[in-house]
Amino acid sequence: MTVNGTRQEHDVEPRLLLVHYLREVVGLTGTNVGCDTSSCGACTIHLDGESVKSCTVLAVQADGAELTTIEGLAHDGQLHPMQEAFRQNHALQCGYCTPGMVMAAVGLLNEHPDPTEAEVREGLEGNLCRCTGYHNIVKAILAAARQPAAASASRGDA
Amino acid sequence: MIPASFDYKRASSAAEAVSLLAELGEDAKLLAGGHSLLPLMKLRLASPAVLIDIGRVRDLSYIREDGADIAIGALTRHRDLETSGVVAQHLPLLARAASQVGDPQVRHRGTIGGSISHGDPASDLPAVALALGATFGILGPNGTRTVPATEFFTGFLETALAPDEMLTEIRVPKATGAGWSFQKFNRRAQDWAIVGVAAVHNGRTGIALVNMGSTPLRATAVEQALASGASAADAAQHAADGLEPPADLNASPEFRVHLAQVLVRRALEEAGA
Repeated sequence: MTVNGTRQEHDVEPRLLLVHYLREVVGLTGTNVGCDTSSCGACTIHLDGESVKSCTVLAVQADGAELTTIEGLAHDGQLHPMQEAFRQNHALQCGYCTPGMVMAAVGLLNEHPDPTEAEVREGLEGNLCRCTGYHNIVKAILAAARQPAAASASRGDA
Repeated sequence: MIPASFDYKRASSAAEAVSLLAELGEDAKLLAGGHSLLPLMKLRLASPAVLIDIGRVRDLSYIREDGADIAIGALTRHRDLETSGVVAQHLPLLARAASQVGDPQVRHRGTIGGSISHGDPASDLPAVALALGATFGILGPNGTRTVPATEFFTGFLETALAPDEMLTEIRVPKATGAGWSFQKFNRRAQDWAIVGVAAVHNGRTGIALVNMGSTPLRATAVEQALASGASAADAAQHAADGLEPPADLNASPEFRVHLAQVLVRRALEEAGA
């Protein structure tokens, strides 16, 4: 498979979850394990361009896929527009949900480039913030939606 | 949480999946999107010896008009149902219900065939299939057969599928222009329904209930009351007749009966029944 544009090839046990593969085999620990029951969204990554919860996907199911994790968004020291919008709008407190929130938000703008506030809130239904910081997260996503390229997670055009 | 060890096979067609099921027996399970099965395996409530991954059988992911029906491949994802123009036009009840399953990440992976084969009484799409009068195409070692949704759900997480059979197609009569309603009562946006109601009014009225018993259920007492001329409000009082709804952290059986009656009334009013 390809992770953030780099080809990865490993023999893994069938039961290895994708999130554990990313964290422990590939060594990308930006993707967090939160609830581990496909509720909280902390483990959200993009699989072939769509947001998924990597705690509920087997690594073998992603064989051959293109994955993007939070580490794949920034380029050449430049934050992705969504990351910058989170920073500008203070859209994080403890930060644990943030990688998943940002990946879900980029996926949301892929599908709804110009969402209403209600659509942003609905689009985040799969991501929980236990600091209850949703207000600024929604603000950040609406701000990012006004920036071109905020919906793109693919390499080179962020 | 990590699932127990299992062997992993990948099928490239429905025929190959069914032949692997026949060869491997009852210890093998089909894996589609994995959003019902993998959570159970992580909790060790299911520990199949072999998973047969059918996620790459792309020719079972389709939505087609076929005469008076819409034919939907079993591997069609919730997201595809939610965004399909054909489904929006002819089966808006299904489009709405699909848009309420889980959350966007779940809808990117979960499939209609997986949801129906799992047969969870708390899932939305089995009830929608019942209300819409769907039939299911099933492939087995001796070829295909069809089973109406009304005969498919046989017990708690049990269906008419034999261990060597696979659901391949969901066929739904078009309900173009029909009145419809989908009522889902829950506490958090992404949760399963505490009680849900799917209703379609298209000459006849089809009503089905989510999470009101050990299987997805038709609200037959309500349908009969309507057929005998009862008003929506009166018919809705029969929503839980003969049912034994479950108790859990979210609701007692008594509360579920109350919810079913209220939600059925709202559904009938919205559907114009």
